[in-house]
Amino acid sequence: MSILIDKNTKVICQGFTGGQGTFHSEQAIEYGTNMVGGVTPGKGGQTHLGLPVFNTVSEAVEQTGAEASVIYVPAAFCKDSILEAANAGIQLIICITEGIPTLDMLDVKVKCDELGVRLIGPNCPGVITPGESKIGIMPGHIHKPGKVGIVSRSGTLTYEAVKQTTDHGFGQSSCVGIGGDPIPGSTFIDILEMFEKDPKTEAIVMIGEIGGTAEEEAAQYIKAHVSKPVVAYIAGVTAPPGKRMGHAGAIIAGGKGTADDKFQALESAGVKTVRSLAEIGDKLKEAAGW
Amino acid sequence: MNLHEYQAKQLFADYGLPVSRGYAVDTPKEAAEACKKIGGDRWVVKAQVHAGGRGKAGGVKLVESAEEASAFAEQWLGKKLVTYQTDANGQPVTKILVENCTDIATELYLGAVVDRGSRRIVFMASTEGGVEIEKVAEETPEKILKAEIDPLVGAQPYQARELAFDLGLDKNQIKQFTKIFLGLARMFAEKDFALLEINPLVITGSGDLHCLDAKINLDGNALYRHPDLEAMRDPSQEDEREANAQKWELNYVALDGNIGCMVNGAGLAMGTMDIIKLSGGQPANFLDVGGGATKERVAEAFKIILSDTSVKAVLVNIFGGIVRCDMIAEGIMGAVEQVGVNVPVVVRLEGNNAELGTQKLADSGLNIIAATSLTDAAQQVVKAAEGK
Repeated sequence: MSILIDKNTKVICQGFTGGQGTFHSEQAIEYGTNMVGGVTPGKGGQTHLGLPVFNTVSEAVEQTGAEASVIYVPAAFCKDSILEAANAGIQLIICITEGIPTLDMLDVKVKCDELGVRLIGPNCPGVITPGESKIGIMPGHIHKPGKVGIVSRSGTLTYEAVKQTTDHGFGQSSCVGIGGDPIPGSTFIDILEMFEKDPKTEAIVMIGEIGGTAEEEAAQYIKAHVSKPVVAYIAGVTAPPGKRMGHAGAIIAGGKGTADDKFQALESAGVKTVRSLAEIGDKLKEAAGW
Repeated sequence: MNLHEYQAKQLFADYGLPVSRGYAVDTPKEAAEACKKIGGDRWVVKAQVHAGGRGKAGGVKLVESAEEASAFAEQWLGKKLVTYQTDANGQPVTKILVENCTDIATELYLGAVVDRGSRRIVFMASTEGGVEIEKVAEETPEKILKAEIDPLVGAQPYQARELAFDLGLDKNQIKQFTKIFLGLARMFAEKDFALLEINPLVITGSGDLHCLDAKINLDGNALYRHPDLEAMRDPSQEDEREANAQKWELNYVALDGNIGCMVNGAGLAMGTMDIIKLSGGQPANFLDVGGGATKERVAEAFKIILSDTSVKAVLVNIFGGIVRCDMIAEGIMGAVEQVGVNVPVVVRLEGNNAELGTQKLADSGLNIIAATSLTDAAQQVVKAAEGK
């Protein structure tokens, strides 16, 4: 078991024949991901990386039975690509692209929820179930099949946590980058719920950042619903008060969203926290009693 | 990206919203002429900077003659205005907005922002306009009225009426408020705002609603589809190094410490700053070279870091996911050769081709300290910055 994806998950790539799509699809295939094709409008019928190219996601789903799609198209076209995938019956959409307009994401999120589609990202490294399937831009070789579930708002911080859990010999069940945008497709809570239910996940690492209140909300959820040990790190203790966004932003946040607030919320929910990101592995060992 | 008040009011006017008649001027002479063009015997002159708190800082004045307006322009143009929202250096004043004077009976607040929690554009209104609204929100949150906009159907008139009744407006004002609310909601969505604020939204002596101030913050990610707004960018309001960094797709924020940081990924960049602080040092900057870093960008990043003369040591922390560490190493070597680095550089490479990158740096004969781990890197760079 694992969450979201395994070796059987049939994956297509939108933006398949572009530079990013090609590079990362090659890596995914090499890793063992069950890639079944890709979509590039106008290039349907061609073969790319030994796989069929389709003009539309609908066609790709019909012909390959694809369940998941990874999106590498430029930011300006992501809203269109996500909605196309969601309406074509794709169940899991992983959007890697960064720089999507926030208002595009408001619409996309409503539609995905309405259709019951799981969206991961945007602006994220993707999802990996080590040894089985890699959908995204993370370096596969640092991962190791194992028992720690990792969920993070930051790409490179995820890699740090992965490396430490690999070096300690714990390995990972699945790693999910939910992305650093203000409006993510999935939240910490969505992923925590899956890790709690996943029998292969024995402990959870959660990596947050300053801004917003997603970590505080996750803390409440953990307190009420998560029985597995959770270790958390929040980046940005030293970050100065953000660039001035005017009053309205401060109002809606109610003066909240600092790293200290988040650490406090998590600690009072029974989460073990680390102030140095280099200590995630050690703290996990202690929290899980390994 | 922020807009100036005069630019925001131009947009308001385009959407048919009530704003004062005014002119944004560059010289004292034009300020005097603007008074004559507007007519009347009292005007408001306002220094245009990307910051709030201008009134308290002396950047807004009521004047009763064209000469007074000219003198105000003389006093501020080319100077820097320091408010509680700026840093200690303040923001340069390059334009003065001259407006006709509005007779104020009541000051309200109206703002809108993309709220992460509800994943909606949320409008906020309050009877406590004109003052520091953050204080109102913190001390008396019940005085902030809210309306969430459904992304699929947009703002509706009933939402405006609900707010207007709660604000205690009269019949005619409710009509005016509805028009303003719907216009702002349309503008927010069409122009990809991140934040919008009218503080104060006033009721004039004759009982009409009027947008006395206007603040707009745009979603930088959406500027590609608004060339008209992009053209309103005022580089004088942006930190020079930060703007230069942006040109190279680098995300740079200057800080007060003496340890320069170059990291890939915003989260890891913050994490690196945190670990420097934990080790007893102070970061001089936040710098994310991004996932698709190239040799040229790494070299540019180095130049930007070193343009801050307080930097006594540099920490490079790269976890190669997409980026190859050997390529980063070449960028560092190129920068060291090009710009001549006189401070110690500590490098920690991990991930994609890390060993090759570290080898390249070791073979280069340059004065670079290779760190064995993140903790080691932080401790080494703190020591180096202290001259040990």
